Amino acid sequence: MNLTDAQIERYSRQLILPNIGGKGQERLLKARVLVVGAGGLGSPALLYLASAGIGKIGIVDSDKVELNNLQRQIAHSTNTVGMPKVDSAKKTLNAINPEIEIITYNLRITSANITDIIKDYDIVVDGSDNFPTRFLVNDACVLAKKPLSHGGIFRFDGQAITILPGESACYRCLFPEPPPPGLVPSCQEAGILGVVAGIIGTIQANEVLKYILGTGDLLTGRLLIFNALDSSFRQVKVPKDPNCPVCGKNPSVTKL
Amino acid sequence: MSIKVRIPTPLQKHTNNQAEVSVDASDVKGLIEALEKDFPGIKDRICEKDGKVRRFINIYVNEEDIRFLQRDATSLKDGDEISIIPAIAGGQDIAGGAS
Repeated sequence: MNLTDAQIERYSRQLILPNIGGKGQERLLKARVLVVGAGGLGSPALLYLASAGIGKIGIVDSDKVELNNLQRQIAHSTNTVGMPKVDSAKKTLNAINPEIEIITYNLRITSANITDIIKDYDIVVDGSDNFPTRFLVNDACVLAKKPLSHGGIFRFDGQAITILPGESACYRCLFPEPPPPGLVPSCQEAGILGVVAGIIGTIQANEVLKYILGTGDLLTGRLLIFNALDSSFRQVKVPKDPNCPVCGKNPSVTKL
Repeated sequence: MSIKVRIPTPLQKHTNNQAEVSVDASDVKGLIEALEKDFPGIKDRICEKDGKVRRFINIYVNEEDIRFLQRDATSLKDGDEISIIPAIAGGQDIAGGAS
């Protein structure tokens, strides 16, 4: 693959990085990344992945853009309110980088369709908004051995971890079960500061870029915890759990 | 001995919005009891009825998850920092799309 003059100009500031160069840019242009949820986390992740030249980006979301999304979901705009989020995001990404391929899935991801969707991608970014989907995405990625970047946000707090199935702890090694419905308030009830989504979603994009480029240390085996009020980043260790229900020695979750 | 405990946002309504509290305890079980004494109701949020830590909440002594130490029998020493970290999802509502 030879970069065109326009590509050399577009990507010049990252081409000169020793960890990227022409070879790295080719890897990015050949990479296929699926982003689940075009919301607060998915928006910044999508913007940076498209800008960096990820060749094929899949976006899954069943919602339409609402005015109350725009405080944090920066892939959308006032003039796309009412449009399916996948189409609104595609419009934004195409305007930034018309060279890349954007595949839209205007649907809810379920146990029936997820395996078929993720099989065409190299790595998955979870930007979904609820525990059942998060556990489904984790389980599907572990069973299909797809790398996964997980991010979660609540009010002023954010969390991120990267999962390399078979090698590092999965989300169920960290939290074996979702909380029962109703016990943890949603963002709609609890609120969320837009920049928290921006920071965590951007960290997820960074994890994807490092994975594709094969450079640096991924957030595997450790959970990154961000708090916006004291601007703190901390990490705790996340070992693989031998009793993990999906990636442990005797898994109870063997299909979706 | 005095142990510093980081309280996650969802539990701060029990601690008068304090993000960090100090309690006297020599192990994790004692720490949860001490928290309950100072902030009644918090134990129910952290533990199941049988007293085990809920499966969507982890307790860390410094950087280590107590599930991989001695669980609630994990002993504490002066200067240890405890973090209570719940799973967070983010987003709108359970039926919606993306955060």
